[in-house]
Amino acid sequence: MLSRTADHLYWMSRYIERAENMARVLDVTCRMSLVLNITQSEVDLWRPPLQIAGNVNVFEAKYGAYTAANVIRYMVLDEDNPSSILSALDSARENARAVRVAMSSEMWESVNSLWLELGQRVRAGIGEMEIGEFCDWVKSRSHLFRGVTYSTMLRDDGYRFARLGTFIERADNTARLLDVKYHCLLPATEGVGGAVDYYEWSAVLHAASAFEAYQKVFRDTITPWKVSELLVLRHDMPRSLHACFDEIMAILEHLSAAGSEECNRMVGELHARFHYGRMEDIFQGGLHEFLLDFIARNNALGNEIQRTFLRHPWS
Amino acid sequence: MANPTTTAFDEMRTGSGDVRPLYEACDQWLRGVTQAQLSQKSKEAELLFRRVGITFNVYGEDAGAERLIPFDVIPRILSAGEWQRLSDGAIQRVRALNLFLHDLYHKQEIIKAGIVPASILANSQYRPEMQGVDVPGGIYAHIAGIDIVRTAEDTFYVLEDNLRTPSGVSYMLEDRKMMMRLFPELFRRYSVAPVEHYPQVLLNNLRAVAPDGVRNPTVVLLTPGAYNSAYFEHAFLAQQMGIELVEGQDLFVRDNYVYMRTTEGPKQVDVIYRRIDDDFLDPLAFRPDSMLGVPGLVSVYRSGNVTLANAIGTGVADDKSTYIYVPEMIRFYLGEEPILSNVPTYKLGEKDDFAYVLDHLPELVVKEVQGSGGYGMLVGPTASKQQILDFREQILANPSNYIAQPTLALSTCPTLVEQGIAPRHVDLRPFVLSGKTVTLVPGALCRVALREGSLVVNSSQGGGTKDTWVLQC
Repeated sequence: MLSRTADHLYWMSRYIERAENMARVLDVTCRMSLVLNITQSEVDLWRPPLQIAGNVNVFEAKYGAYTAANVIRYMVLDEDNPSSILSALDSARENARAVRVAMSSEMWESVNSLWLELGQRVRAGIGEMEIGEFCDWVKSRSHLFRGVTYSTMLRDDGYRFARLGTFIERADNTARLLDVKYHCLLPATEGVGGAVDYYEWSAVLHAASAFEAYQKVFRDTITPWKVSELLVLRHDMPRSLHACFDEIMAILEHLSAAGSEECNRMVGELHARFHYGRMEDIFQGGLHEFLLDFIARNNALGNEIQRTFLRHPWS
Repeated sequence: MANPTTTAFDEMRTGSGDVRPLYEACDQWLRGVTQAQLSQKSKEAELLFRRVGITFNVYGEDAGAERLIPFDVIPRILSAGEWQRLSDGAIQRVRALNLFLHDLYHKQEIIKAGIVPASILANSQYRPEMQGVDVPGGIYAHIAGIDIVRTAEDTFYVLEDNLRTPSGVSYMLEDRKMMMRLFPELFRRYSVAPVEHYPQVLLNNLRAVAPDGVRNPTVVLLTPGAYNSAYFEHAFLAQQMGIELVEGQDLFVRDNYVYMRTTEGPKQVDVIYRRIDDDFLDPLAFRPDSMLGVPGLVSVYRSGNVTLANAIGTGVADDKSTYIYVPEMIRFYLGEEPILSNVPTYKLGEKDDFAYVLDHLPELVVKEVQGSGGYGMLVGPTASKQQILDFREQILANPSNYIAQPTLALSTCPTLVEQGIAPRHVDLRPFVLSGKTVTLVPGALCRVALREGSLVVNSSQGGGTKDTWVLQC
């Protein structure tokens, strides 16, 4: 298929996945703010979602104060923020529009009607009152889009690139989500295992739709170790790094191009970490260090995919 | 002058107000539905079109604005007999125009015979690059949109031939889909000839004109991109034909062949259905600033290693200054009498015509020779004094850039407007496809001027569309 087409499909999926993940993080933060507003400051509550997205500095320069209204504004509506939900969904639709031929008409209509409704919602205003329902809506539209993709798209390379975008983006987001706990400074009066700690780790689980799965798998109190195991090593947890790389590896086995060996090598190496890795070893080296290293390698993999399959001149 | 709408031919009713037999079933059906129901259906159609993204961009407005072409829920109906005549006439014209283009770019017999003046070679749409180049099957205009208007029961005129990159066929197909969905009960009252096979006919033709020796040709559709006003149509047709929708940046030339960049490496392209104007096709041959084209494409084309549809240089035949010679072309090349008439046309470059036109501006329609899309034209009867004065200045600056025609009272069709159902002026654009044979599917783009009294049907000027029903018996 056309490299440009593959490129658009890949980025369309990435942007939809990114919007969904922003919505997940924001939703959980809003809920946490209701539970924890007595024990924590506004900064402690509203800084983590920006740390996850990696744009604390830009936010501080533009908005200054960490208030619910500012953070919602920046993460949902700010067109200067390329990761805001509005920007991500705009970009997804732009990419989709450029290659509507390459997808099923149901997929195109799903993206297009999502974008049209987004415009209406933005015009109607999105503030603290609306944010919960809005995040639910973004998540469900993202689920709908993936479902439509899964059930209507021909299993050709276009499908593989669309799925590839989803999992590269999701792996990045899961890693960032987990890493943010590292930044969360516990109030001096609280120790590890205290109430705040519990809420924060369970928030991470909620944001990854993993709370119920955690209860099912471990039937135990929430501990950092087990949360990490669930979101890094468990292959049966759909948003875990292991699950993402199962998908990525399978997809890349189907795609071949001159010079794709390096892609395959990088994927194989990362996959092996999750497939054969042990939580003890990861914690010994430091979870934060492990995640930072992963985010960098996943990013390099994205660049290599770009170079090998997507927009790359041959002549 | 009298209001053109009251004197025009009404497709549905006779002068005494009786419903014509063709529209009886439609009239009965209309009596059974309320205005509110029709408006509801109209809104539903708008919603569906918006969701599917059947939108266009109007040039000059803020970038990215996407507008819908209004869709009217009442169809235009043509009898089998009427259609046969239009179809025969349109096919005859396109056959003659293809022969003319071949002749013009080879021996130029028609100029030697004194039928078309040699000054045509100075027309900016004449492409010297094409002189002596043989194109597969001798076909230049693979897709032609023939604009036809009606002024009386038996009087049809060809307004213009669109031989470059005619657009609008997606509306013929999408309007049909919409009517079948919205009004199955009305649809069932008629035996409407199907149009849905258009993309298949087009694809077969495109494959048939591949360069010699190519067994299984790769056909692509070349679009200027997502910001072009007709992008929806490009995407739609590519999807319907199952071919790649490419932009200039996806193609490149190597060793005198054209390739597209794919995820598996370069792939040879044999036929390009291009929806980009000649000027932008190849920065090495035409406009050097074009970012839309493919450097080196024209050289590959001239060597016969890739086919372009339509061919380069067709614009010289659909130019408004060439239009006046089409009836003579039909006689010269086919030895037949034209089935469809031309509108009487004055050339402002000629002295007598010039004097007449300047004296009669309020009665005439004046057009730029190379204008399209309803831009750069004056409709005398509906223009204000000031507009006429302004246009007069433009004409004086460059008379030979204009032609003039009498204002035709285009026929009207019942149309849903805010005040209810009212007559509005319409035209018709059937799409003629040339491959091994010249054919057209029984249907057309029907454009309707939604503003009361307006004769300008172009979508860029507030026109809408209607489904056209050609009856099978």
